[in-house]
Amino acid sequence: MKEKTYVSDIDRSIYDIRNEEKDVYQVKEGLTPAIVEQISKEKKDPAWMEEFRLEALQIYNSMKVPDWGPSIEGLDIDHIVTYVKPNTKMSADWSEVPQDIKETFERLGIPQAERKSLAGVGAQYDSELVYHNVKEEVAAQGVIYTDLESAMHGEYADMIRRHFMKLVTPHDHKFAALHGAVWSGGSFVYVPAGVKVSIPLQSYFRLNAKGAGQFEHTLIILEENSSLHFIEGCSAPKYNVANLHAGCVELFVGKNAKLRYSTIENWSKNMYNLNTKRAQVEEGGTIEWVSGSFGSHVSCLYPMSILKGRGARMEFTGITFAGKGQNLDTGAKVVHSAPETSSYINTKSISKDGGASTFRSSVVITKEAEHSKASVSCQSLMLDAISRSDTIPAMDIRNGNSDVGHEAKIGRISDKAVFYLMSRGISEADARAMIVSGFAENVSKELPLEYAVEMNNLIRLEMKGSIG
Amino acid sequence: MTQQILKVSKLTAQTEETEILHGVDLEIGKGETHVLMGPNGAGKSTLGYVLMGNPEYHITAGTIYFKGKDLTSETADQRAKAGMFLSFQEPLEVPGLSLESFLRSALEQRRGGHIRYLDFQKELKAAMEILQMDASYAKRSLNVGFSGGEKKKAEILQLLMLKPDLAILDETDSGLDVDAVRLVSQGIKTYQKNQAGALLIITHSTRILESLPVDQTHVMIDGKIAVTGDGTLVERINESGYEQFSAE
Repeated sequence: MKEKTYVSDIDRSIYDIRNEEKDVYQVKEGLTPAIVEQISKEKKDPAWMEEFRLEALQIYNSMKVPDWGPSIEGLDIDHIVTYVKPNTKMSADWSEVPQDIKETFERLGIPQAERKSLAGVGAQYDSELVYHNVKEEVAAQGVIYTDLESAMHGEYADMIRRHFMKLVTPHDHKFAALHGAVWSGGSFVYVPAGVKVSIPLQSYFRLNAKGAGQFEHTLIILEENSSLHFIEGCSAPKYNVANLHAGCVELFVGKNAKLRYSTIENWSKNMYNLNTKRAQVEEGGTIEWVSGSFGSHVSCLYPMSILKGRGARMEFTGITFAGKGQNLDTGAKVVHSAPETSSYINTKSISKDGGASTFRSSVVITKEAEHSKASVSCQSLMLDAISRSDTIPAMDIRNGNSDVGHEAKIGRISDKAVFYLMSRGISEADARAMIVSGFAENVSKELPLEYAVEMNNLIRLEMKGSIG
Repeated sequence: MTQQILKVSKLTAQTEETEILHGVDLEIGKGETHVLMGPNGAGKSTLGYVLMGNPEYHITAGTIYFKGKDLTSETADQRAKAGMFLSFQEPLEVPGLSLESFLRSALEQRRGGHIRYLDFQKELKAAMEILQMDASYAKRSLNVGFSGGEKKKAEILQLLMLKPDLAILDETDSGLDVDAVRLVSQGIKTYQKNQAGALLIITHSTRILESLPVDQTHVMIDGKIAVTGDGTLVERINESGYEQFSAE
């Protein structure tokens, strides 16, 4: 029998419905100080933010494109529209959201999810939030969940100024500088000391405009002994020109606080996803990352955790699924800078149909971080002979009493296992899907239920095209 | 004669390079127990695989009729749905796929429809009790971290649940301790009794046969059935080995 590992492209019909661009306002493509000033004016920035943007633009112009990782030659920033304002204002009432935008989010299951199982929802369409709402009982606990723009003018203005791009500075890399110059949208979450938010908050980012960039900024601050689960989802319809996503996520986890940050990224395959995420964890605090990367043409995504206080912990669970024409370069970074800190990185990657997935990890244990523990495990599954999978681990250990482990495995679907399942009456396509779902199981069980179901459906759809 | 379940005629099969089966003839009637013996490398396991439709082997001549239907070119899943079962000598491990969810999918294929969760659980519990399998195995990844004996029990559990018309047991007794052999035999007897299931038992030892009445014994030498006899043939082999059947 022939090699039967061809799987068809994913059915993206729900994601691919484009809306007509009825935005009231777009800046010209490209990037100049005038454009940045224009964005700043349009967004009614405070003076410090306008300055910050212009400075970031200068940094952007002085920095080189990173000389490692997947090629981003197809991305011409001079032709990316950095700011697209939808034809609506942000609302806390779903009925006020324009019909076409509303339908888009309804297809993606956003308001339904809110009714069922979320404490609050934010929905961003192109460059601006169109909807933001938080349940009364959560707001009553003092939890703030709003868009960053309005938060910048209110009670939390000072807090934002003290935290905004302090963890990821514009000097970090070229796309962080770009983000600093043109960022728009995103969420601000503040959880006061001792408050445990028992149901998740969710933001959903949708990029509809062709040839545009999305640069949302997510800032989450958890005070002592608080806890939160935050979910972000992203998607876009496919165009034949490049779109860019260069968002930024900054997470401040206070003493003994616990934050879980889950992401399901399903961008269309013309997207350059150059996203930067970072968390800083104080004494006894915990950051848990759950990350599913399915979409985009090119992704560079390596959430970083800085374990700053004694006993701080991080856990990273990730899955990457690279199909035809995709180059997904993902991973995680951790810096242990205090004693008795621990990190646990566990990732799975699947590549098929010529897709390339690369896993990068960086573990740094400083001299001060005595008696720390780090474990990195990475497993890859290649569904055919034309796909690629690479693992690039880096470790820098500066003391002699920490415990560090690394394990990497690359494999293929075993024909023998497929035959075994088939010998019980299961079709070849189902047998393969079961093996792939099983491979991803320890990640899918970490996802919120509806996303776990979606991920399994995604795998099932991918495998459906198998030649039986 | 009883109703025929399996009829294999002049079956020739090969891997990429080598022909292994050189014209096998075999007939099994409903509810009959057949034993297949033979020296190492004679092609016994290959016959099991070829009957079940393992794509590593190519059938170059001959036919396989199962319950009167020509299954020679059907895929393994179709054969299973028709009521054929192979207990693997080395069952495969599938991480992340629980034994129970796998078994439920397989059962739905076999019965051709949705099975209520509670009904399934009841049936599963009863079958696991026969084999004295701890209930926790149902939740564990299929065969992952199972001992040799547990894997074989899990095979017989699948046999009991899927209720095929013909079960091919490839060295199911090898590597088992006395207690496990007793439980596995118990499971096989339950299968025989409940659906008058036919058996083709590939074995080296006679331990598993002690409690099972044998209808026919076949000796395979060099990819062919060299001799067929009744249950007493097993004793003859035990006394004087396979040499006596070699053509040369």
